[in-house]
Amino acid sequence: MDIVNFLIQLLNSMQYGLLLFMLAAGLTLIFGIMGVVNLAHGSFYMLGAYLAWSLASLTGSFALAILVGTILSVLFGLLLEWLLFRHFYQRDHLDQVLLTFGLIYVFEEMRSILWGDDVHGVAIPDLLSASIPLTDTLSYPVYRLFMSAVCLVLALGLYLLISKTKLGMKIRAGAFNHEMTQALGVNIKLIHAVVFALGVGLATVAGMVAAPVSSVYPNMGSQVLIMCFVVVVIGGIGSVKGALVAALLVGLVDTFGKVLLPQVAGMLVYVLMAAVLLFKPEGLFKH
Amino acid sequence: MSNTASPRSEIPLLSARDLTKRFGGLAAVNQVSVDLWLGQIHAVIGPNGAGKSTLTNLLSGDLPATSGTVVLRGQDISGWPPEKISSHGLGRSYQKTNIFRSFSVWENVRLAAQSRSQPSAFNPLQWWRSAFNMHEVNERAERAMELAGLHKRRHHVAGEASHGEQRQLEIAMTLATEPSVLLLDEPLAGMGSAEAESMVQLLLRLKKDHAIMLVEHDMDAIFTLSDRLTVMVNGQVIASGWPAEVRADKGVQAAYLGDELSEAH
Amino acid sequence: MSAPQSHLETLPRSLNVLLALCFLALLLFPFVGTDFYVQMVSRMMILAIFAMSLDLLQGVTGLVSLGHAAYFGVAGYALAFLTPAGEPISLYTSLPLAVAASALLALMIGFLVVRTHGIYFIMVTMAFAQMVFYLFFDNKALGGSDGIYINFKPDAKLFNLENKHVFYYFTIACLLAVYIFLRRLLWSPFGRALAGIRVNEHRMRALGFDTFAHKLCAFTLAGALAGLAGYLWGAQTGYINPELMGFHMSAHAIMMVILGGMGHFAGAIIGAFSFEYVLHVFKDLPEVAGFNLGKHWQLWMGLFIVALVVFAPRGILGLLAKIFKSNEDAP
Repeated sequence: MDIVNFLIQLLNSMQYGLLLFMLAAGLTLIFGIMGVVNLAHGSFYMLGAYLAWSLASLTGSFALAILVGTILSVLFGLLLEWLLFRHFYQRDHLDQVLLTFGLIYVFEEMRSILWGDDVHGVAIPDLLSASIPLTDTLSYPVYRLFMSAVCLVLALGLYLLISKTKLGMKIRAGAFNHEMTQALGVNIKLIHAVVFALGVGLATVAGMVAAPVSSVYPNMGSQVLIMCFVVVVIGGIGSVKGALVAALLVGLVDTFGKVLLPQVAGMLVYVLMAAVLLFKPEGLFKH
Repeated sequence: MSNTASPRSEIPLLSARDLTKRFGGLAAVNQVSVDLWLGQIHAVIGPNGAGKSTLTNLLSGDLPATSGTVVLRGQDISGWPPEKISSHGLGRSYQKTNIFRSFSVWENVRLAAQSRSQPSAFNPLQWWRSAFNMHEVNERAERAMELAGLHKRRHHVAGEASHGEQRQLEIAMTLATEPSVLLLDEPLAGMGSAEAESMVQLLLRLKKDHAIMLVEHDMDAIFTLSDRLTVMVNGQVIASGWPAEVRADKGVQAAYLGDELSEAH
Repeated sequence: MSAPQSHLETLPRSLNVLLALCFLALLLFPFVGTDFYVQMVSRMMILAIFAMSLDLLQGVTGLVSLGHAAYFGVAGYALAFLTPAGEPISLYTSLPLAVAASALLALMIGFLVVRTHGIYFIMVTMAFAQMVFYLFFDNKALGGSDGIYINFKPDAKLFNLENKHVFYYFTIACLLAVYIFLRRLLWSPFGRALAGIRVNEHRMRALGFDTFAHKLCAFTLAGALAGLAGYLWGAQTGYINPELMGFHMSAHAIMMVILGGMGHFAGAIIGAFSFEYVLHVFKDLPEVAGFNLGKHWQLWMGLFIVALVVFAPRGILGLLAKIFKSNEDAP
């Protein structure tokens, strides 16, 4: 593989990895802080993609679609947390698995009723539709760089939020010791709502930003969910840093795997996960 | 009234050297050494947070040590998982009752006794025979029930038994594994005076055939029972030896016991 | 013998009588049912075996596996690969081989997976099952997304499995054998140890039990039994595809076990029958005011599952046990 191809694959793997990170970060935060396993997390990704498509068609502006879509989905996340999820933090994991599995069904059907079952494309906004030429024949799409940039910015924002702000400190305290944090006067219910909304928001923005590249189709949620789980397992539950490292690792293994070893490409990521589990059953970065 | 029996053998059944456990920068247990001899009760006392429970966890394998060694019956067990240590002859009871709450009292003890008659899980004979017809296991469990004074309540659901009964059950389960070394973490916690007295009598009976480490706060019981006394403060041993000596140690009096010790008989 | 009253392990006597009567009804069914329904009930019984295998893992040992269908599907594929294009394969070679394949896969995956706990365990079981799914889905050599046809039912020499009634009774025999095996296992030293692990694994280790080995063995056994069910499914339907190993199939198994009531195995059977029946009802819903209710069966299924989790955590058997117990003195 020559240097240009290598660069292209590297950029692709980074973009995929960062996208996975957006999803995995939300999932790992929700697991780590509220102890809730949410199988419907992929549905938020799908929701984001469909929102991007329908709002962009409606308003004609991709940027506006993202803005409005983010607000709507965060509100939806808050509603879901208040109505349903907050009653399940203390319940068995089994109950949570069942509940969220039921939700997957409900969300899929709601999507089918609201937006139908067809596959849709979302146009890349003109501003970002150029390509950077790398050689005479190869060029790299600006939009993919934009995607990576958005994910990086959000990742940085998340890092700053968690480690540098008061809110972040409360979030970390809540993860470490529930009762104590509450006893110290911190409104733990509010923290939970914020974390949940954050997780949902990240997932939907990921879906929105990915829509022009991946298209919008039914079942896109379940496909990305499993990768998300793999990232969280490798990275370690509750560790955002772990999610980032694992996501980039998965991005690398998957992208280069598909190019170099196409026969076994689908399995490589799981082999990676198996290897990690053998030596570190709680993930690379234990919470 | 201390009861300082001499050990029944030359080498300690359990010997821990320089055990240390660090959590980040904090040393919960710092360079602690302790010996347990057959026929003796070795009490470990200290204020809350002194590291007594952590020490117990290090010895039983519930927590891995940062450094130090533990030798049990001549075998270096440092780094062994709890199940391996248990099968090598160490039993522990928990400060916070750690029973099978939804099982009956009898089933709790029977299952504990079953641990000693358990060949490989993959052995098909283990899947077919009835657990309740295992003669050896039932006898072992009966003995433990008898010792702990539990035979009246065997069919009750363990989670619904009284606190004192649960503490008795806690001990019975440990005894049912027929260990040579016993680590008892506050067995008297929350007991009324009559129950506490039975427990003290039980421990005196057990002493003959076991090496016992007793973590307790009840000073009267400590001085009735212990043959050796170790005082821990902030993860370190500040005094260790004959109870009378330790009681008289100025450092101990200043740091921890003060009036309590000099008033206890 | 003082039986521990936990998790539906023992039932009131009157309920046991009712269950025996239901079994009798099952035995007599082919004499009154049409071919279509005989096949449907056969399929429900196969799913019941699948559900019981998961109950061993979930209800008895407390391990929630989101990837149990992998072992179900693998045995079906084994039968598909063993059956030549032009003639049937012997039941007596293909059945043990298929079950062994599932058991081996469960042993290998279990070795990696059983060392994890809680949420991790749930996630890794799902991940590995997806891996197996993609292995078959992406490879034309293994049938790909189209799956594989099994042209002949296995040859049992002494009886003819192509006959629907004969197949029905063969399935009942398997169901009964698995039920008896698991009920005995429940009260064996191994089974009591598994129950102990479910209730308090930490104490089990402190008491000297090798909980890793016990869990791995349970995982392997459960995989083997799921394989038996998968083999029968392949034999009955004559078609195997990757969806049978997928996430949805695994989740269905969990729901069947929950719906019926965990820990007793009869609950798993009841759950399998009830779940299939409920699914059937939802798919057959009519059109109301221009809105095709049946087409959107997933919505009703989803809401049904949510309601189940919220209102009836001990399932049908749990409810029945409560009703029957209040009509009887305590055992």
